[in-house]
Amino acid sequence: MTQRVYVPSDATACALGADAVAAAIADQARTRGQDLQLIRNGSRGLFWLEPLVEVEVEGKRFGYGPVAPEDVPGLFASDFLTGGEHPLALGPTEEIPYLRAQTRVNFARAGLIDPLSLTDYQRHGGFAGLRRALALSGQAAVDEVKTSGLRGRGGAAFPTGIKWQTVLDTQATQKYVVCNADEGDSGTFADRLLMEADPLQLIEGMTIAGLAVGATQGYIYVRSEYPRAFAVLRAAIALAREAGFLGPDVCGSGRAFELEARLGAGAYICGEETSLLESLEGRRGLVRAKPPLPAIEGLFGKPTVINNVLTLASVAEIFARGGAWYASLGCGRSLGTLPMQLAGNVKRGGLIELPFGHSLRELIEDFGGGTASGRPLRAVQVGGPLGAYLSADELDTPLDYEAFAARGAMLGHGGVVVFDDSVDMAEQARFAMEFCVVESCGKCTPCRIGSVRGVEVIDRIRADTDRDDNLLLLKELCDTMEYGSLCAMGGLTPMPVRSAVEKFPQDFGA
Amino acid sequence: MGAETDSRITAVLDRLGDLPGALLPVLHEIQHEIGHIPPTAVPAIARALNLSRAEVHGVISFYSHFRTEPAGAHLIQLCRAEACQAVGSRELEAHVKARLGIDYDATSEDGRITLEPVYCLGNCACGPSLQIDEHLHARVTPQRFDALLAGLEESR
Ligand SMILES: Cc1cc2nc3c(=O)[nH]c(=O)nc-3n(C[C@H](O)[C@H](O)[C@H](O)COP(=O)(O)O)c2cc1C
Ligand code: SF4
Ligand code: FES
Repeated sequence: MTQRVYVPSDATACALGADAVAAAIADQARTRGQDLQLIRNGSRGLFWLEPLVEVEVEGKRFGYGPVAPEDVPGLFASDFLTGGEHPLALGPTEEIPYLRAQTRVNFARAGLIDPLSLTDYQRHGGFAGLRRALALSGQAAVDEVKTSGLRGRGGAAFPTGIKWQTVLDTQATQKYVVCNADEGDSGTFADRLLMEADPLQLIEGMTIAGLAVGATQGYIYVRSEYPRAFAVLRAAIALAREAGFLGPDVCGSGRAFELEARLGAGAYICGEETSLLESLEGRRGLVRAKPPLPAIEGLFGKPTVINNVLTLASVAEIFARGGAWYASLGCGRSLGTLPMQLAGNVKRGGLIELPFGHSLRELIEDFGGGTASGRPLRAVQVGGPLGAYLSADELDTPLDYEAFAARGAMLGHGGVVVFDDSVDMAEQARFAMEFCVVESCGKCTPCRIGSVRGVEVIDRIRADTDRDDNLLLLKELCDTMEYGSLCAMGGLTPMPVRSAVEKFPQDFGA
Repeated sequence: MGAETDSRITAVLDRLGDLPGALLPVLHEIQHEIGHIPPTAVPAIARALNLSRAEVHGVISFYSHFRTEPAGAHLIQLCRAEACQAVGSRELEAHVKARLGIDYDATSEDGRITLEPVYCLGNCACGPSLQIDEHLHARVTPQRFDALLAGLEESR
């Protein structure tokens, strides 16, 4: 029987040499006259083990990693194709504790399947949700999403069912579904991983959204920093269309849904939903004032569902297994699973999907194994560049939207960036302001000018010039930005800044 | 604008001009084909898409991805964002600038290398990250950078 060998094609895996490993495996196989089938899967998201090579032995997958091209002859010599012993052997992949301890819903297929195989996708439950949705009325479909308790995974955690209801209730000749795949937050890569490893799940979720609200056209707005995700999506869309899952007659239902992937162009602000819509329409990404809500007047002035990649992907499983099943995961008002992304100075960085309610400490210590440098952890930034810094004393905070809000922090898109004790928090606060200078859309003064002033004030504090006066000035500036900005770019930049000043006063000369 | 460039731009406009919200796809395609968006192309784009020149120009200058001048033979994009900072990207940044003798948004004197900042490449679990001509590299130390640079010199 032909042996199956899996080598990830994910961006991080390739950045760590997966292509060279794949070539070395093909080369060795040729030399040894060994018949094998090399499959480029996505990634399991266990990035510290990449390149993670897997072999299939009697239907079970065994992992080896991290593999360098030099290791490949040794792997063959150890009969890795039949699961042989080797210093890089990890045993059955699904039993690696980091993976086994997760509850994978969005990422159940990630790394398991060939991202561009409709057969693989369906063999692992794909399109079951769409088939169910096709039999439901729009209202019944929206109700299913409400039952699931799903809240937007892009950052603001708005209830998805309520947003969809508004679009369903708004009469129009044309409606749209837009997927926000701008994923600009530092420390996040879940959208990228999903698009590269299981793109059909997103396509399925968007199609269900279209059927539910009566939209016939969808767009996926992918940031230009993700060329690989963009290419995979385009290929997946073409496959789905060819097989009749997209197009004028979705699965022979007589109902239409078309989908197109578009590229952003290097602007963080285009992750903000109204800026994204401007960009899709071919303009500068200037934030629009709300109202009108995009659900009522969105893309090209038409009612538009705009959701994050993970939100839309979740819909596929919600329809396959039922909204009530999804709501049985999680706690309080944070239901379902949250794919967290562990990054920065951490030993075992990667994607960790868990029901809400676990603690930050479990994530960083149990999964992550502490800092990569081995030095004491000092700060953790959660929720991207607009998220608060937490101190080492706050690691027991449960991963739950409300628990984070109660601390003046936010979960956002689930990025967790770990810093060791070499971090200078005044430098981090300065960067938060500088990032706002670079990425502000420029529409309102508190954000555009306030951030420039913010950098200057922090520079004076760091230079020990009139420190107390400048700290007071910084505080006032943060208030002005928070209350006077049109969107959360200017409005939330104070969050990392204030948290740094308040929790790490010694770095500001106190 | 040379005749050949001219015809390539016309071809892009013919192919993509009818898309709803066509401007970004058109600009991407022109930059992909030519390497940059020649300012002399603006009137043709504006005409084809029924926009003012100011609108087209405004869009090109708003987005950091678009360039109006050719880049060096190689484009190096260094991640400046937090997850990479946490694993030493500030030291890497200082090293790269010193090594190339240029700051961000500049091209080395020999026209070989353009250096740009980026804010996250989605490789945050394995930083510091940088991208060379659409090839992503992980865990880039100063030594690793020197080796990558030597690789570019060899391919000359
Ligand atoms: C400055 C800024 C950047 C944002 N970036 C993103 C992003 O990259 N991806 C995303 O899904 N949402 C982002 N958002 C949130 C979106 O505005 C919006 O809330 C989201 O797309 C709605 O989808 P959801 O309900 O599924 O989360 C950003 C918001 C702001 C203010
Ligand atoms: S807060 Fe900043 S990014 Fe948001 S609209 Fe105002 S200027 Fe633009
Ligand atoms: S922060 Fe550098 S790759 Fe994400």
